[in-house]
Amino acid sequence: MTDTDKPFRLLPRLTDTNDYFWTGGEHGELRFLRCQDCGTWIHPWSPRCPSCLSKNTAPEAVSGNATVHGFTINYQPWIPGLDPPYVIAIVEFPEQLGLRLTTGIVGCEPDDVYVGLPVRVVFDNYEDVWLPFFEPVA
Amino acid sequence: MHVGERGAVITGIGQSDVGRRLFRNPLDLTLDACLDAIADAGLTRDDIDGIATYPGAMDQPPGFSGAGVNDVQDALRLNLNWFAGSMESPGQLGSVINACLAVAAGLANHVLCFRTVWEGSAQGTGGRAGIGVGSNVKVNSGKLPRIGGFMQWTIPYGAASAANWIAMMASRHFHEFGTTREQLAWIALNARRNAEVNPKGVYRDPMSLDDYMNVRMITWPFCLYDCDVPADGSTALIVSRADASGLRKQPLQVEAVGSAIHGRPSWDQWDDLTTMALRDAAAQMWTRTDLKPADVDVAELYDGFSFITLAWLEALGFCGKGEGGPFIDGGERIARDGLIPLNTHGGQLSSGRLHGYGFIHEACAQLWGETGERQVVRPGGRQPEVAVAAAGGGPLGGCLLLTRR
Repeated sequence: MTDTDKPFRLLPRLTDTNDYFWTGGEHGELRFLRCQDCGTWIHPWSPRCPSCLSKNTAPEAVSGNATVHGFTINYQPWIPGLDPPYVIAIVEFPEQLGLRLTTGIVGCEPDDVYVGLPVRVVFDNYEDVWLPFFEPVA
Repeated sequence: MHVGERGAVITGIGQSDVGRRLFRNPLDLTLDACLDAIADAGLTRDDIDGIATYPGAMDQPPGFSGAGVNDVQDALRLNLNWFAGSMESPGQLGSVINACLAVAAGLANHVLCFRTVWEGSAQGTGGRAGIGVGSNVKVNSGKLPRIGGFMQWTIPYGAASAANWIAMMASRHFHEFGTTREQLAWIALNARRNAEVNPKGVYRDPMSLDDYMNVRMITWPFCLYDCDVPADGSTALIVSRADASGLRKQPLQVEAVGSAIHGRPSWDQWDDLTTMALRDAAAQMWTRTDLKPADVDVAELYDGFSFITLAWLEALGFCGKGEGGPFIDGGERIARDGLIPLNTHGGQLSSGRLHGYGFIHEACAQLWGETGERQVVRPGGRQPEVAVAAAGGGPLGGCLLLTRR
């Protein structure tokens, strides 16, 4: 697929506090910041672990498995070039209760999505950004 | 417990013309509302020594802010002893809570509170289409546009609106408690039947459950009628010291306020997505008064999206957690002659997105018995004596309990 065939997307502005997240897909990894002292996963980035206040944090990859925690099928054309319908979901990761992402669900019909659906990360590359989407686990 | 907000009363309310698209200068609308409120209190502008507003002056999004503190201070040449205008507050009514604290602290005598929107005119005839950027941007620059801040986490996926974010919370509520669209509809249907008898209602034609179920979907489970209608209008009120004198009307007592948020201030990292920050604001409010939910005669609860109202009903204890769907089903309990009259002016769903301030305006008007055909009369012919006004969804939430003295 060439870039021009893909739906238009507004992209995150990369900074030194989010690039590990948005570029991890280049290496097939979904990365969150993690406290190296107490193990807490931290999202979004913060200078200290919110659990133990340690500054000893580093990006680490999660498994990429998740569960649909809530979702919506969007029908409104908010963004010219990004045509509805499409599914937006909040997915939760097994690594930590409450560790979540807002994302898109791909690889299935919108009506096939439900709360509790097991999904797995797939990356879609735009310029220097690898957007993590999620598709149902086969 | 020291309940400092009880040192505050509401002494007057005002509102400009309200409409879908008025094409009027927003500061002009603002001054109409402010002068209306000052006169309603029996005051003059020389008495006003404080201003509180939400969100303060902002250029974007289009029509979101019609005036800031400085605009109104300068236009009316006010001498201020205290002022505040900010988005970072417990919802839109956080500005009114600020005003209560300012008069209770003795920093000001009479605080003019206002909120102006002109989103109807500013968004134009294209409707609530989005955020004004799209594929044309790439054509011009050759690169995709970039977003920072919270929106970086949502907008790459087309989750451009709070409609999407709140819809995902509704889906969670549907999942955990079996809530249905047919139940949620009653927030919209109740709003419409109240707007029918509100001369300032924006949409006043009767709406049926069939109308609701057949209108176009915006972001499942929300259809068009689950989303408030962008409008133009300004609403104002005067918060005064409890010992204020020389007033035109009997002041309304600020009995208690709720401003708490005990979870993460986030649309998607919040601990329980079947509810929102309003959970904590509502709980806090009831710790600051001996009154109970059963004492409330009128509930004016934010409906930027229908599900937010359901969440407020649960959080404020008008029904149990998760029981909001069955509670509103059929619409009897929330009707003007029901157990808890709800959004008696038509809410933002039918009477325009005045963004929080419409609810406190209506709460006051109901307590003062000024609402004409839609006036609530409680069993036994009693005038409403206790009202709750609440605003905000997601990480925003604040509420006030008001009583007739």
